[in-house]
Amino acid sequence: MTATANPNDMIHVRATPEEKRSTIIGAVLIALGAYIFWQFGLGVEPGLQATFNLSLQTDTVQGLAWVVDPRQFSMIIGVIVAGLGGWRLTRRALQYTNLSLAISFLLLVMAFLAWAAAGSQFSLVGMLRSTVVLSVVVVFGALTGLMCERVGVVNIGIEGQLLAGAFAAVVLSSAFGTAAGVLGGVAVGALLGWLLAWLSIRFQVDQIIAGVVINFLALGLTSLMSARILSEIQTLNAPERIPAIRIPFLADIPVLGAMFFDHTYFVYGMFLLVFGIHYGLFYSRWGLRSRSVGEHPKAADTAGINVYWVRYRNVILGGMIAGFGGAFLGLAQVARFEENMTGGIGFIGLAAMIFGRWLPIGALGAGLVFGLSRAVQQKVAILNTGIPSEFLFMVPYIVTIIVVAGVVGRTRPPAADGIPYIKD
Amino acid sequence: MSDQPDVPPDDVGDPGPSLMQRITGVGESARRALLLPSLALVLALLVGAVIIMLTDVDAWQLMGTDAGAAIGDMFEGVWVAYRELFAGAFGSVRGISETLFTATPLILAGLAVAIGFQAGLFNIGATGQMFVGGLFATWIALHVTLPSYLHIPLAILAAIVGGGLWGGLAGLLKAKTGAHEVITTIMLNFIAGFFVLWALKTSAFQDEGSNIPQSSPLPESVQLPTIFGDEFRVNIGLFIAIGAVFFIQWLLYRSTTGFEFRAVGSSPGASLYAGMNVAVLITLVMFVSGALSGVAGSTMTLGLPPYRVSESFPGTIGFDAIALALLGRSHPYGVLWSGLLFGALIAGGRTMQAAAGVSVDLVIVMQALIIMFIAAPELVRAVFRVEHGGEAADQVTRGWGA
Repeated sequence: MTATANPNDMIHVRATPEEKRSTIIGAVLIALGAYIFWQFGLGVEPGLQATFNLSLQTDTVQGLAWVVDPRQFSMIIGVIVAGLGGWRLTRRALQYTNLSLAISFLLLVMAFLAWAAAGSQFSLVGMLRSTVVLSVVVVFGALTGLMCERVGVVNIGIEGQLLAGAFAAVVLSSAFGTAAGVLGGVAVGALLGWLLAWLSIRFQVDQIIAGVVINFLALGLTSLMSARILSEIQTLNAPERIPAIRIPFLADIPVLGAMFFDHTYFVYGMFLLVFGIHYGLFYSRWGLRSRSVGEHPKAADTAGINVYWVRYRNVILGGMIAGFGGAFLGLAQVARFEENMTGGIGFIGLAAMIFGRWLPIGALGAGLVFGLSRAVQQKVAILNTGIPSEFLFMVPYIVTIIVVAGVVGRTRPPAADGIPYIKD
Repeated sequence: MSDQPDVPPDDVGDPGPSLMQRITGVGESARRALLLPSLALVLALLVGAVIIMLTDVDAWQLMGTDAGAAIGDMFEGVWVAYRELFAGAFGSVRGISETLFTATPLILAGLAVAIGFQAGLFNIGATGQMFVGGLFATWIALHVTLPSYLHIPLAILAAIVGGGLWGGLAGLLKAKTGAHEVITTIMLNFIAGFFVLWALKTSAFQDEGSNIPQSSPLPESVQLPTIFGDEFRVNIGLFIAIGAVFFIQWLLYRSTTGFEFRAVGSSPGASLYAGMNVAVLITLVMFVSGALSGVAGSTMTLGLPPYRVSESFPGTIGFDAIALALLGRSHPYGVLWSGLLFGALIAGGRTMQAAAGVSVDLVIVMQALIIMFIAAPELVRAVFRVEHGGEAADQVTRGWGA
């Protein structure tokens, strides 16, 4: 809760926050539905067709496509979205508010794509594949933040940990091979995780400032070394790109195969980590201890848990995840180091963690939403819709603000998040 | 509590332990207040020297054949780098002009971050607010024809409005939805950056036909007059920055609003019970903070020869400002001196990069180290064996929930 809550809310019987939210979202969805109907439906010349290609050139099954009439398609979508809005206005079945929002968001994207692709072709499966690839670093960043915050340490330094991980991975991979690169990225991530833990636990430095220190250090050191070393010895900035591993049979499935089963091991690792951390947090002793330290360190301490050790361990583990994500960025996604190549994605990861309500599976979902918004931006930029590319570039950041500003409803961080624990 | 050196003893309202005292645990005298920042600077320069040596590729390649010469080269490299740094900052009229010129927007943006800290808000969005403020100022510069003594104030007023709105937006989001300002301001930075990139290509800012994101030349009536003559870049923006320092000092420690800002920073709960409108205050603080950044942005558009606004005019100032506000312990006078110091470091760093081949990114590393040493004074005490202040570093910002 913030200080803005009106005390009267607690005295008079009024609409609950969930009910109010349902109403607001209902109104927004009706307006959105109407906009989709007019702009993306009626705004298209009659007779044009939009072709969504469902096969990549590398796919086993070729030539799949989905042809729609964008006019009809978007008009139907507009009606559905408005209908969902009307349902929200009734304030019934409040548990479906977020689902209605999610469905509307996806339908909006579809209508937008149909409008943008009217009269031409569009690789839908290519976009879906990019969605997964572009969400990887965000998800790793969100998992890093989650590991730290679940034990009560705020990590603003994810950005720096990703950047340093990418740098170390690229340089070590160029010098000693891929394995050394990945391990080096993870090790540097661990080192910066340790630095955050050390500053915030040993010295009780304000954790947000400690995170800023890490971001500055990582940006300054990697840029300096890039300018002073990589520019002189260019072989150190030429790592071998890590190849994708096609999973037999599964990769042959149309659409899903290209989306999920033809990636580098980082992507498979991301899915394993998401479900592993989820299981660990909620079904293992490690998870129970971690959560208790993040919610009520004093009680945890009384119960015999070493609060400092648990915090050090998880923050370092979180740093290692960021280092691994950085290695993906440096060795698989880009395959070279560029100054400030993370470009704010660590902060988007942080937002994804909040959006995902400090849950690993939520982080994955949030990461995919950001991945989708970037994939749409990239693909639509090719389609020549007349929308300036700068505005398309803004989309992921605007989505982040809307998300953090609570379209998903108020979230509750771990109770001891950001508070140093001082043992009596 | 003991008085802060810079605050008169008859200060209205007890300011409580200042950020300086809370972080450093010192506050008895100006000498002790300066001790920690000075030691932090010395340590940062020492670590910087080690980094210069470690990244000296040529010397390391020589290491196998002639280790003595290699080590000599390394020390030579450090000496040359720091000599050029110092010369570039203070060694000539041009150096001093560059230092003051570089310090101008830093002081303004540093004040923006500092006033946020005083109210418990972490404004990482100075960059975005500079973008918007600078763009507003540029629009006035290009579309209004006035004599200089009206044109410049009007352009700066536009920057105040633009930056203030952009900062106030983050404040409003925080106050109304609880969205943490750290995330929203960073996102607003990107959005503002892309917006400026687009806007500078439109006909509102440049002649038809060109696709380079750069504005038409600004008319002479709106260019900030230089102080030492046209040969040197330092301009009256410096006086605006110094004026802002005194204004913010007055606002924070002499006005009711400033008292309320600081009260919200100390305890939003207590402020609410005392009858303050915390939501409005948070929005207002962010407006003032954004307005200061906006003015910083206007000095970079109206005061930067060749007076054609390009798409990256805020540079890294918004982030330097964070280090600077921490170094100045969020006090306006502290920000003034740290702004001058950072101006010297960056102006000198540019000379260092050109003359000694050490990338100006070293200054970013030094800033990181300075923040770290200031925020963790025990580290400095451990190195220099200074007597212990007895207090742990206090929290400047608050977590997601607040």
